[in-house]
Amino acid sequence: MSTQNAADQHRLIANTMNEGSPQARALGFETLEIGDAVAILKVPYRPEVVGDPETGVIAGGVVTTLLDHASGQAVHAALTQWTSIATLDLRIDYMRPAEPGRDVLARAHCYKVTRSVAFVRAVAYEDDPDNPVAAAQAAFMLDSSAGKKPGANFKPPRGQREAGAKA
Amino acid sequence: MSDADNRLTAMLGSIPYARFIGMRAELAGDEMTAILPFSDHIVGNPMLPAIHGGVLGAFMEMTALAQLSVAEPLKRQPRTIDISIEYLRSGRPLTTYARAKIIKVGRRIANVHVQAWQEQRAAPIAALRGHFLLTSTED
Repeated sequence: MSTQNAADQHRLIANTMNEGSPQARALGFETLEIGDAVAILKVPYRPEVVGDPETGVIAGGVVTTLLDHASGQAVHAALTQWTSIATLDLRIDYMRPAEPGRDVLARAHCYKVTRSVAFVRAVAYEDDPDNPVAAAQAAFMLDSSAGKKPGANFKPPRGQREAGAKA
Repeated sequence: MSDADNRLTAMLGSIPYARFIGMRAELAGDEMTAILPFSDHIVGNPMLPAIHGGVLGAFMEMTALAQLSVAEPLKRQPRTIDISIEYLRSGRPLTTYARAKIIKVGRRIANVHVQAWQEQRAAPIAALRGHFLLTSTED
């Protein structure tokens, strides 16, 4: 795949993940940059995303969602072919409250991809990634939807169906 | 309503993001269950569909904060220091529940573990461990 094709594909995945994911859309996520295993996303400051009404500081949970979403896009930006991915674990350190009234950015870098797992580091900040609001470390499973058809989650998983039948 | 009930209702009602994802909580004695009804706007993967991992993380983090507010009166919301989330199963288009266990409350820091499940409590879909900075009413 040519470099231009890769760039187009990464941009397409980012736009699909922001527009096609209802939660990302509800929060107004926007991808500012994507490519070379890096993604930079923005969540605009709005009253609905506040966590502490006394201070007007954005909810930790919104930062969690942004870091998760940005990390996922960084994984896609590290791959040459689209594959389904799922977060395995996500660890977040909150260094300081975000500045009230400001948009929050997240920069995620997928620094290692193995056959089954991708590893990502990410930071959330307003202006400067070196002065972060929060830092994250995440692991993603690759090809997570293998064998699952669209709408698979409307049915209980196999193990649970059997357990239910026995009960 | 008990004091703990009032504190819980006030606490969750005051967090716009908790309202935004549609989270609520119920108390049975001192046992709290947080409830996240399914709605379209909490979906992350529309193909399966699956609840956004970030929403599940946020839900469990707010469950931990709510449990701390139930446990004792706090002048201000505790501040999250760090959280570690484990994703065990994909969040299906169903109601999600969570319960938090306060492992330790020190003078300044609390350690809380949370588990989230859907149809079967024995089959959790995600777990969270976190440290929270407390500001007690005495300060």
